[in-house]
Amino acid sequence: MCLRVSEEEVLGIVLEETNGSVDEKIICGPGLRRNGDDVVVCKSGVLRHKNPNLYWVDSQQRRYVPVKGESVIGIVTTKSGDVFKVDVGGSEQASLSYLAFEGATKRNRPNVQVGDLVYAQFLIANKDMEPELVCIDSSGRANGLGVFGAGGLLFKGSLGLVRRLLTPQNEILKDLEKLYPCELVLGMNGRLWVRAATVQKTLIVANLLESSENMSAQQRRTLFKRVADGNL
Amino acid sequence: MRDTPLSNCERDFLLKAIEEKKRLDGRQTYDYRKIKITFGTDYGCCFVDLGKTRVMAQVSCELVTPKESRPNEGIMFFNLELSPMASPAFELGRSSELLVKLNRQLERCLRNSRCIDTESLCVVSGEKVWQIRVDVHMLNHDGNLMDATSIAAIAALSHFKRPDVGIQGDVVTVYSAQERDPIALSIYHMPICVSFSFFQQGTYLLVDPCEREERVMDGLLMIAMNKHREICSIQSSGGIMLLKEQVLRCSKIASVKVSEITDLIAKALENDKKARKEGRKCGFAESMPQERITALKNLETTVEMTDLTKQASDIVEGVETPAEMALSPVVPAPGVGQVGAGLQNAWGLEDEEDEEEEVDGDEPEVTIVAEKRGNKKKGERPVVIISDSEEEEVVILNPESS
Repeated sequence: MCLRVSEEEVLGIVLEETNGSVDEKIICGPGLRRNGDDVVVCKSGVLRHKNPNLYWVDSQQRRYVPVKGESVIGIVTTKSGDVFKVDVGGSEQASLSYLAFEGATKRNRPNVQVGDLVYAQFLIANKDMEPELVCIDSSGRANGLGVFGAGGLLFKGSLGLVRRLLTPQNEILKDLEKLYPCELVLGMNGRLWVRAATVQKTLIVANLLESSENMSAQQRRTLFKRVADGNL
Repeated sequence: MRDTPLSNCERDFLLKAIEEKKRLDGRQTYDYRKIKITFGTDYGCCFVDLGKTRVMAQVSCELVTPKESRPNEGIMFFNLELSPMASPAFELGRSSELLVKLNRQLERCLRNSRCIDTESLCVVSGEKVWQIRVDVHMLNHDGNLMDATSIAAIAALSHFKRPDVGIQGDVVTVYSAQERDPIALSIYHMPICVSFSFFQQGTYLLVDPCEREERVMDGLLMIAMNKHREICSIQSSGGIMLLKEQVLRCSKIASVKVSEITDLIAKALENDKKARKEGRKCGFAESMPQERITALKNLETTVEMTDLTKQASDIVEGVETPAEMALSPVVPAPGVGQVGAGLQNAWGLEDEEDEEEEVDGDEPEVTIVAEKRGNKKKGERPVVIISDSEEEEVVILNPESS
């Protein structure tokens, strides 16, 4: 059976080539798995396609599985020796070395306490090893990564919500910009951090983002409009 | 499994928000979350939703010998369980401090307050009394488990009906529900627990804390009261110093809340009684709302079906007819019967090992899907697996073919 793109998937369906070019390489994203010569769906959701040859399945999920290269918000749980242990919401705690910060040397240690929030990227994340995080990019600069968090609110959403908010030019953020100026940090592990001018505004933004997960665009626009008019 | 640790930033933000009298979900200081009470199909089963906190209570009864010190009183037994589905911090079987605290508070609230007439539970003095057992399970932990538990327990006890008992001389007959209508328990009053959480050494007070507020609180005050303004139990934990005025103020707030909640329980019991009398379906399945995400809903999924009939007829034609089966049972000797022996293996395993093991040389039926896949095999193509792991390479060891 072959199913076209952007339709609901049922587990176990084998995808077939619909456009005919047999020699093309296709890239299987999350939710798809190669089984011999066939591509099989292993998560239920909607099949998406990005040109030229990228396919994946969009699913509703809240539990995070570490993936190399993704930027996440972690909470530092322990300091031991040369390494911090960071909780990222996965099955294991990730390790973050003292030296993986911008400008950190053996003498000049970064100022990180237990309970701080860090925005870091996965260096190693596979199913056989403990995941490792770093707060610098390949050229040694911080580039937005590192410790943050004073004065804001951390809350949890689903992974799909965060991915939607990270797409460039998405509607939700555009509507939010018109509302209040605020700072937003989105971790791919489903954690979101918000800071606005006052506590009340921060709480409003956090609640709006949490509720926009299951609302259609129209409902969301009406809600944002009500807030802008000062009724909430 | 470990629970997510609380970060410094969350703690600071929550305390700052409480100082400004703001709560995470927009409630006021003395507001309760939305309470929903539903009953199951059996008498004595009750579900309580306090916001996202969800608790289930089940009442059952049994005839036992009474305690020696109280030969004409029934027995009440309470059991609380922190199920791991309620929170990743709860582990099955491990008795934690929280569990002991909740159990003790529930016993004090319901047993010591004598809300149930235990003498009416006596059947034969000194020999047989009813033991009423209340089991409470936590289904989801979003703060304030004690309030939800006390509401669930007392609602379940009010809903419960025990079997009728007849005594004739020495013979005690317990009638089933079909023979005689079961009897409700006699409840004098409904004690309900109200929780107050304190922050910044008693400066700020919140009623009905949610899970995150519970994590940053300094201390907790639990007042169990009934609607006649009688205090059944008070417990203060966390070791904070409370002033007399604060405790008195809390008890006044508690009396208001308790009367509201008692009305809610009474209404829920009324609705359930009416539904049962009218013969309408009642119970857990009916009380679950139809939660459908209507945004992004596709009404129909088009599935390609054009060559399905051809595929199906191909499969049917391609099947080998199974070998003749002997009438079973075969009787080789008097007293001995063979059922199904000496027949063709119809499991259809296509493994090479099984083929080798077939001594008789019977061909097993090959699964049809594999055949079709074999027909469609395109040429071998190099496959690139993007993964860091050194263990990705899979090596299959084949046994030596004899």
